[in-house]
Amino acid sequence: MNWLSVLDRKLLRELSHLRGQVLAIALVVAGGIAVCVMSLVNYASLSETRSHYYRQHGFADVFVDLTRAPRHLLAQVRELDGVASAEVRVQSSLRLQLDGFPDPVSGRVLSLPDQGEAALHRLFLRAGRLPDARRSDEVVVIGSFAEAHNLKPGDSLGAIINGRWQTLRIVGVAESPEFIYVIPPGSMLPDYQRYAILWMSERALAAAMDMQGAFNNVLLALQPGVREQLVIDQLDQLFRRYGSTGAYGRDDHASDRFLSEELAQLRTMALLFPTILMSVAVFLINVVVGRLVATQRDVIAVLKAFGYSNLQVSVHFGKLVSLIMLLGIVLGVIGGLALARALSGIYIEYFRFPTLLFSVPLAQTLLVAVIGLLAGLGGAYGALRRAFRLSPAAAMGPEPPPLYRRAWLEPVLGMIRFSQPDRMILRGIERRPLRSLMSVLGIAMATAIIVLGTFQFAAINLIVHSQFARVQQEDMTVTLVSPRTVSAAYELASIDGVRAVESSLAVAVRLRSGHRSWRLGLIGLQPDAQLTLRVDTQLERIALPEKGLLLTEFLLEELQVRPGDSLTVEWLDGSGEQSEVTVAGGSREFVGVGAWMSLPELQRLRGRGAEINQLQLAIDPQMRNAVLAALQDRPLVAGVSERQAMLTAFNDTIGRTFLTYTFFIALLGGVIAFGVIYNTVRISLAERGRELASLRVIGYRPSEVDHILLGELALLLLPGIPLGWLIGQQLAWLLVRLMESELYRIPLIFPAQTLGLAATVVILSAILSGMVAVRRVAKLDLIDVLKTRE
Amino acid sequence: MTRIVFQARGLSKVYGDGELAVHALRGVDMELHAGEMVVLLGASGSGKSTLLNILGGLDSASSGTVRYGDMELSQASERQLTRYRRHHVGFVFQFYNLIASLTALENVAVATEISTNPMDPADALALVDLGSRGHHFPAELSGGEQQRVAIARAIAKQPAVLLCDEPTGALDSKTGVRVLQALAKVNQELGTATVIITHNAGIAAMADRVITLSDGRISEVRHNQSRVDPAGLSW
Repeated sequence: MNWLSVLDRKLLRELSHLRGQVLAIALVVAGGIAVCVMSLVNYASLSETRSHYYRQHGFADVFVDLTRAPRHLLAQVRELDGVASAEVRVQSSLRLQLDGFPDPVSGRVLSLPDQGEAALHRLFLRAGRLPDARRSDEVVVIGSFAEAHNLKPGDSLGAIINGRWQTLRIVGVAESPEFIYVIPPGSMLPDYQRYAILWMSERALAAAMDMQGAFNNVLLALQPGVREQLVIDQLDQLFRRYGSTGAYGRDDHASDRFLSEELAQLRTMALLFPTILMSVAVFLINVVVGRLVATQRDVIAVLKAFGYSNLQVSVHFGKLVSLIMLLGIVLGVIGGLALARALSGIYIEYFRFPTLLFSVPLAQTLLVAVIGLLAGLGGAYGALRRAFRLSPAAAMGPEPPPLYRRAWLEPVLGMIRFSQPDRMILRGIERRPLRSLMSVLGIAMATAIIVLGTFQFAAINLIVHSQFARVQQEDMTVTLVSPRTVSAAYELASIDGVRAVESSLAVAVRLRSGHRSWRLGLIGLQPDAQLTLRVDTQLERIALPEKGLLLTEFLLEELQVRPGDSLTVEWLDGSGEQSEVTVAGGSREFVGVGAWMSLPELQRLRGRGAEINQLQLAIDPQMRNAVLAALQDRPLVAGVSERQAMLTAFNDTIGRTFLTYTFFIALLGGVIAFGVIYNTVRISLAERGRELASLRVIGYRPSEVDHILLGELALLLLPGIPLGWLIGQQLAWLLVRLMESELYRIPLIFPAQTLGLAATVVILSAILSGMVAVRRVAKLDLIDVLKTRE
Repeated sequence: MTRIVFQARGLSKVYGDGELAVHALRGVDMELHAGEMVVLLGASGSGKSTLLNILGGLDSASSGTVRYGDMELSQASERQLTRYRRHHVGFVFQFYNLIASLTALENVAVATEISTNPMDPADALALVDLGSRGHHFPAELSGGEQQRVAIARAIAKQPAVLLCDEPTGALDSKTGVRVLQALAKVNQELGTATVIITHNAGIAAMADRVITLSDGRISEVRHNQSRVDPAGLSW
C-alpha cells in the first residue's frame, strides 16, 4: 500500500467501511449499465451480423412475384436503370408429409441455378451439398425445419408440388438471407415444425411446375445510391402483363421487416431503462456522499489546516464517488456482456443466422461508462461543493445541531397526542422534505420498475386470451390451392369429424392512403361468421360492416385514416386494377395486422364471381387426426394451419423472449428497491445514532428504538408504493407506445396481482434493510456514542 | 445512617486481554446512600467513568458485585438492565445528548412517557428554572440551558439515583455554576442520590462525600462537614 498516498489509503478504508452502501449503489448503477450494454451489444451484433450476412450471401434489394414470364426477359431486367444484378427463379408452395408426424406441414420450394452459384440469395450450407441438376429428386431443406424434425442429408420426404406427389431426397441443410425470420405466409409467428423451405435445381422444379423456360420470381440488387422506387416503377411496367403482384423493396420483405422491428426495440431499451436506473443511482450517490462529507467535517478541517488545497480535498471525495461508479460500471459491463451472450442464444434460435457475430461497440460502451461516471459526480456535486467551501475553522467545531423550528407540521402535532418517538419520526421527515421526497421517489421508482417489468405477464395472458379464445375460434384454417366456389366448403363439411365450415377469401392487396401504404392479405369473411370474430377494446364482438373495410387499430394509425375515410386498394393479382373503399371501423387486436370485409362485398369488388380460397373448420377434437388425414388426401387443399399450433408457437417465441427479459427487469427492480431502502435506513441510522443511544440510556428497549427507524421507513413506503404504481403505469404506457409493432401490441392492464407483486418485492427489501437496522440498534455501543462529541 | 442505594464490592473491570489488557478498575468497594451527593474526582483514565457506567447499567464489571436494592446488577440480563435504567436511574452527560427534533418539554416527556411514576415534564423544567423555555428546540437553547434540560429529563422519572458524567465539562464557569445549582436543588428537593464525575476539584465542595479515584482504585474518601452552595464555587 506504500505506493498509495495517505489520502488514497483513507479512501480505500472508508470504502471498505461503507461496503454495504457502496455495493447497493454499485448494483443499481450496474443494473442500468448492464441493460444498456446488453441492448447496445445485441443491437450492434444483430445489425452487424445482418449486414455481413446480406453482403456475403447477396440479399436482394427489390423483389417481384408474378404468375409466369419467359426466361428471356431476364436480359431486359438486367438492362434496367439502376440494376446491379438480377436473378430469376421458379417458386411454389408445397405440402409435405413426414413419417410419424401427422400434423399438416406446408412450405415453399425455390429454384437454384442449374449451373454455378446464384447471383443473389446464395445459400449458406450447414451440412451436405447443393442439389445436382441432373437429379430431379434432390432438395436442400432449411435449418429450422431440419432441426425441428432432426432431418439429415440422406433422409427422404414426401411432397405434393403442383398437385403431384413426389418423393424428395435431402442432400443438404442450409440457411438463406431471405429467411432469417421464417414465417408461414399470412402468419406472424414462426412455426419450425409445420413450415418448411426447400430448394431444388431449377430444371427439376420447372419440370414439376410445368415452368420450363419460364420464371415466377425475380430478385434484384440495386446499384449504390439508386432510388428504389425508380426501379420498382420500371419493373411494374415490364411485368404488368405477366401477373406481377407488384415489385416491392426490403421494407415489405417479411423477414427483413421483422428483424428491423427487433432492432428498433433494442434501441428503445438501450435508452429507456438505463435512464431510469441511472437517475436512481444518482440520487443514492447524492445522499451517501452528502452524509459522508458531513461526518468528515473535522477530517476536512485538519486536512485543510495542514495545507491541502480545496481542490485536493474535493478531488479526494470525487475519487470516492468515481470508485463507486467504476465498480458499478465494471459490474454492469461484465453483466451486460454476459446477458448479451445469453440473449444471443435466444436470437440464434429465433433468427436463422449462419453464425451470430458478437460485436461490442467499444465507443458506445465507453460513452455509456463516461455518462455513468459523470452522472455519479453530478449526484455528488452538492456534497463536493460543501467540502470545497468548508473553512478550516468552521469545520473544526462540531457540526451545528440540526436546526428544528416550529413549522407547518406543529399544528398537526398539537392536535394529535403523538408519542415523543413518533414526533421524532414526523419532524425528521418534515425537516428534510427534499431528502424525504427523494427517498419516496426512490422507493416509487423501484416499485415502478417492477410494475413495468411484470405488467407484461398479465398483458401476455390477455393477448393469448383475446387472440386464441375470442378472435380465433376455428380449430383449423384450410388454404385452397386455387380459388374455388362454395362447393369446396360442402366437400370439407362432409368429412367425418368436421362440425362446421365457414368460407373466406384472402386476397393480396396494397392499401394506400396518400403516400402511406401497407401490403397484406385482405380477408373477406362470411357476414354471419362464428368461427373467426373481430373484437373491440372490451373484447366484445364487432359486427362485420356490410360495406367497407375493418382494419386493426394499429393499421388505422399507420395509414393515418379514420372510419369514414376512403382508401385505395391495389389488387396485387397482376391485373394492376385498384378500387376505392371506405374504412368502416377499427378492431382491437394485439397480434398481427389485418384488414377484413364482408365476403360478398369483396367478391363484388373483385368481380370474379363467388370464389373462396380459405375455409375455417370447427372439428371434434377426438377426430383431429382423422380430419387431418382426410384433408391431406384432397388435392384442393394447399395447407392446413391449426390454432393450437399457433398458440404453441406464440408461447415458444414471443412469450419466452418476453418473459426472460421481464424476469430480469423485475429482478432489477428488487435490487433498486433494496439499494434505495438500505441506504435510507443506514443514513438514518448514522444520523440518529446518538439520539437512539440516548433513548437506550434513558431506558428505551431496543424494540422501542427500532420503532423510530422502522416507523420512518414505513412512512416513506406509504406514499412511495402507490406513487410507484402510478409512475409504473405511465412508464408502461411509454414502453408500450415505443415497442408497438405489427407483430404484437401489448395491452395496458394492471391487475391487482401486478401491483401487489411490486409492493411485495419493495416491502421485502424494506424488511431486509430493516433487519440490518434492528441488528445495528441491538449492537449500539451506548458509552462510545454518548462520550464522544458529535 | 440512611438507606443504602448502591453497594459495590471488589469491582474490577478489564478491557482486552493478555498483554493488551487495560485494568480500568482494580477492586473498588463503595456505597451510595439515599439522598446523598457524591463527587467522584480523578484524572483522565483513573476509572471514574467506568465506575459510573457500571453503576448506571451501561457496562458490566469483569468481577465483583454491585447491588441496587435487591437487584444484583452484575448478574442482570440486558433486558433487566434496560428496565433498571428505565425506572431507577437518570443520566446526565457532558454533551447533553438532547434529541434535536424534540422541544425542551418533549425531551423531558421522552423519559416520562415510559416511566411508571413520573413528574409532570413542565414541573421538571421549572425545577431547573427553564419553565419558560419548554417550547424551544435544542438548537435554540444555550449550552447551559441544554444541560439543564438534560437534567430535567434525567430526574423527571423520579429516579433513585442521578449519575452525571462531567456535566459542566463543556461549559464555562458561570454557566456551569447554574447547572450545578440545578443539580443541588434537585438533590435537596427530591432527595435523589447524585453522583457527579469531574476532574475539577473545585466542584468537590458541594458534595456530602468526595471519592478520589486513581489508577482504578479509591485513593481517598473525604466527608465534607457542610455542603457549599454552588453559587460560591468557581474554577
